Amino acid sequence: MEQKVTAASIEKKSLIGQRVKKPDAPDKATGKTRYINDMVLPQMLIGKVLFAGRPHAKIVSMDISAAERLPGVYAVLTGKDAAGLKFGFVRDNVPLKEKVLCEHDEVAAVAAETEEIALNALSLIKVEYEDLPGVFSPEVGREASAPQLRDNFPDNKSLRFEFKHGDLAAAEAASDFIADDVFRPHHVTHCCMGTSCAIADFDNNGKLTIWTQTQYPYNYKMDLAPALGITPGDIRVMQPPVGGAFGSKLDVYPYEPIAALLARKTGRPVKVIYSREDEFRASPTRQAAIIHMRTGCKRDGTLTFRTADVLLDNGAYTSWGPTIPVIMMRTTSGHYRVPVVDFKAQAIYTNNPYAGSFRGYGNVQTTYATAQQMDILADKLDMDPLAFHLKNAQKSGEITPQKSFLRECVLAECLETAAQATDYSRKRAAYAAERDKPGRYKKGIGLASSIHNAGGAKIHKSDGIGTILKVDDYARVTVITGASEIGQGIDAVINLIVSEELGVPLEHVTIVNNDSDIAPWDVGVHASRTTFIAGNGTRQAARKAKAQILKAAEKMLGEPADTLELRGGSVVRDRCGTPLIKLDRLLRQMHFQAVPELVMVTDYYEPNSEPEGADHISDHSAAYSHAVHIAEITVDTLTGEIKVDKITSAQDVGRVINRMGLEAQTEGGIAIGLGYALSENMQLEQGILRNPSFRDYKLVTAPEMPELEMHFIESNCAEGPYGAKGVSELPTIVIAPAIANALFNATGVRIFNPPLSPEKVARAIYEKQQSGK
Amino acid sequence: MSLETEIKFTLNGRPVAVRVPATMKTLTMLREVLGLTGTKYACGEGECGACTVKVDGKTLNSCLMHAVDCDGRELVTIEGLKTPEGMNPMQQAFVDHGAVQCGFCMPGMIMQADYLVGENPRLTREEAQRGLEGNLCRCTGYTKVLDAVASVAEKKCCGRL
Ligand code: FES
Ligand code: FES
Repeated sequence: MEQKVTAASIEKKSLIGQRVKKPDAPDKATGKTRYINDMVLPQMLIGKVLFAGRPHAKIVSMDISAAERLPGVYAVLTGKDAAGLKFGFVRDNVPLKEKVLCEHDEVAAVAAETEEIALNALSLIKVEYEDLPGVFSPEVGREASAPQLRDNFPDNKSLRFEFKHGDLAAAEAASDFIADDVFRPHHVTHCCMGTSCAIADFDNNGKLTIWTQTQYPYNYKMDLAPALGITPGDIRVMQPPVGGAFGSKLDVYPYEPIAALLARKTGRPVKVIYSREDEFRASPTRQAAIIHMRTGCKRDGTLTFRTADVLLDNGAYTSWGPTIPVIMMRTTSGHYRVPVVDFKAQAIYTNNPYAGSFRGYGNVQTTYATAQQMDILADKLDMDPLAFHLKNAQKSGEITPQKSFLRECVLAECLETAAQATDYSRKRAAYAAERDKPGRYKKGIGLASSIHNAGGAKIHKSDGIGTILKVDDYARVTVITGASEIGQGIDAVINLIVSEELGVPLEHVTIVNNDSDIAPWDVGVHASRTTFIAGNGTRQAARKAKAQILKAAEKMLGEPADTLELRGGSVVRDRCGTPLIKLDRLLRQMHFQAVPELVMVTDYYEPNSEPEGADHISDHSAAYSHAVHIAEITVDTLTGEIKVDKITSAQDVGRVINRMGLEAQTEGGIAIGLGYALSENMQLEQGILRNPSFRDYKLVTAPEMPELEMHFIESNCAEGPYGAKGVSELPTIVIAPAIANALFNATGVRIFNPPLSPEKVARAIYEKQQSGK
Repeated sequence: MSLETEIKFTLNGRPVAVRVPATMKTLTMLREVLGLTGTKYACGEGECGACTVKVDGKTLNSCLMHAVDCDGRELVTIEGLKTPEGMNPMQQAFVDHGAVQCGFCMPGMIMQADYLVGENPRLTREEAQRGLEGNLCRCTGYTKVLDAVASVAEKKCCGRL
């Protein structure tokens, strides 16, 4: 095949670790992006939900006749219309309720021409309730004297998890010091800026199309189907752009089947969208828990055991929240080298709002305890916490009691990097010496670390992803993938990987990942898995396409495929970069030859990990990673206000793929962690949320953001794409205990029930002063 | 149905005339009557800044302002920042600095940031932080937002914009 070589050689330039812009950013920055909240379909009706507004009650009667008669109303549904449509993790939920078990129970729903009419219709529904005594804490709920909330759950016991390893009695006997504390992580909620929304539409063959904010489109079908009495195969899931998710869209919530039931009843598309107040009251929470933790060590600082007895506030229904012990126990057993472990967790049904999954999934709560107990023990040992952490830090190749195989472990490097960058040991000693001297403002420094899965988490039989990749006649690449984009930036990672492998410009890659009828299966965006799993899937698919292209090039150019490369939109000689043929030209020649050939490949990537299993002893993730955060704070001892001056993080990221995305995920994760630590708190009184607005539920704002210094440690994960590990949950996980440890360093007080609000801190300082300690 | 009033105002440089109910908020008018969905609802009570627009050169929360009060005024929304030549420098800076994640807060955030730098080309990072206090973002931690604002301020300041 003759081919004139005129162009200069094309150098090899890797994109791995570079800064790549999100392809969706220009439309988002200009207001062009059509979020699900913005969508309007022809013939569409608006659905609104009537919430019970009381935590526990019988519905004595309901009169919907006036609502039904209102002009512009097309359907009014109540619990009777949803009887038997059980869904949820243990099938304990229905879309519309005949009995009230929590404040936001959906007791009726309306579809109308406009929102105004729908709201008017809701106000015409007359419900008579008979209030019942409720259960508002798991400690009360498990007592025999407590009201029984459900027939087949004695003592209100929902899910239970246990894991034991080693001889506890012997380990206790061998311990010189034991930390023994009760931690009470609180209820917080996701606060996605785009409120919950679903649009449902049935066609006349009985097939449902649902536009949703889901972050797990395939299992979503399986979970939604029973709520409608249809089969998962009859559901098409569409994923328009969303205003955040953070784990909150990892389950089916009642508004989604409600939209579908209204659509079925009216034969028209129905959109249900929440107001901010609805969102606060009726969307999932982070699981509140009571963690009784004990950790032992020897005089030389060697850890001997850790136990955790956890009581979870299940809330009224079982969503993902009460399943967090799966990760809580991994942290309890795997956060530092702990030879003996005893973990139990019991979830108790209450009449509180129910928890879903939330970035950090259980590990936020557990690390709040483990990382403070490390500090508490170091104090008892009179040892620098850094030295104590280093003494117990695992190394590459170690296996935790639950069989998490820490193939590449750089915990010690993370500790040393963060400590060095902050001059931790010196400052800590200096601040401690200042602690009891007079002065209103006290400085403190606190170190915390954690471990998290970083290569998926095989809680289903498979943790894989399907990818279809095609390269067209113009060398434009389309990646059809199960990986969902929820704002986190997977699209940029996929573009980067395709560009890296196929040598095409980033802008020549299109991603299709918003339609379950088109894109192949994926578990979903959770467990910090998407860059790892979808990254590997994309790379495998791209490499298959590349092999096909280079084989064709070999035939046409007469040069061996293994000496050729794809670079700068051309086929080049790998060694010298001499371009031999433009890629688009080659592709057209492949297409229009005697035996036509198109480049379209499929791939299924399954990570090298083991299913979680009932005994929880398995290598459930293909990678694990660590992060260390050091918080530097100033405490106003008079008002109790904590000002976070600086956060320094050192995290094992495996390998940086898109540096800009990685920084962005880390910064955003830290911000959510700061809110959890300092101000966010759902104020529940007898199951009723008292602060359902941004005025009273305080998120971190721009002026409160401290200086951030981020160190990305590259452990080069053998299984990860280019060595990368999953990253996005750890930054949220480690912040609160780092600040709590800094608070102790500054003032000598410890807060076991976050958030570390000014009132709590001021009171603790006052009490400490009064007791003269 | 509440009483409707006809109002006339300038929207992104073009004259508009619409009939709106007396109770309608500017945010609803923009999104539902005029089809400009770039401006976002995220709280409806002046607490988040997602609905920020410019009215007579000053930013405000369009969820709090009655639509009828737009009569005779000049409104600019996120859609109006872009020119035929391309994105406005603030929009471009947000894209270039990776300040956009889910993006839902961004129309409001960018409107406010653009306003701040317009008012004060010597805007410091601390001033930007304070000036953006009313704009909530759940995704970014504001760091890249502030980087973007600082980069525009710097260019403005040395006359490169
Ligand atoms: S929607 Fe207007 S301030 Fe939140
Ligand atoms: S980018 Fe998602 S809320 Fe700001």
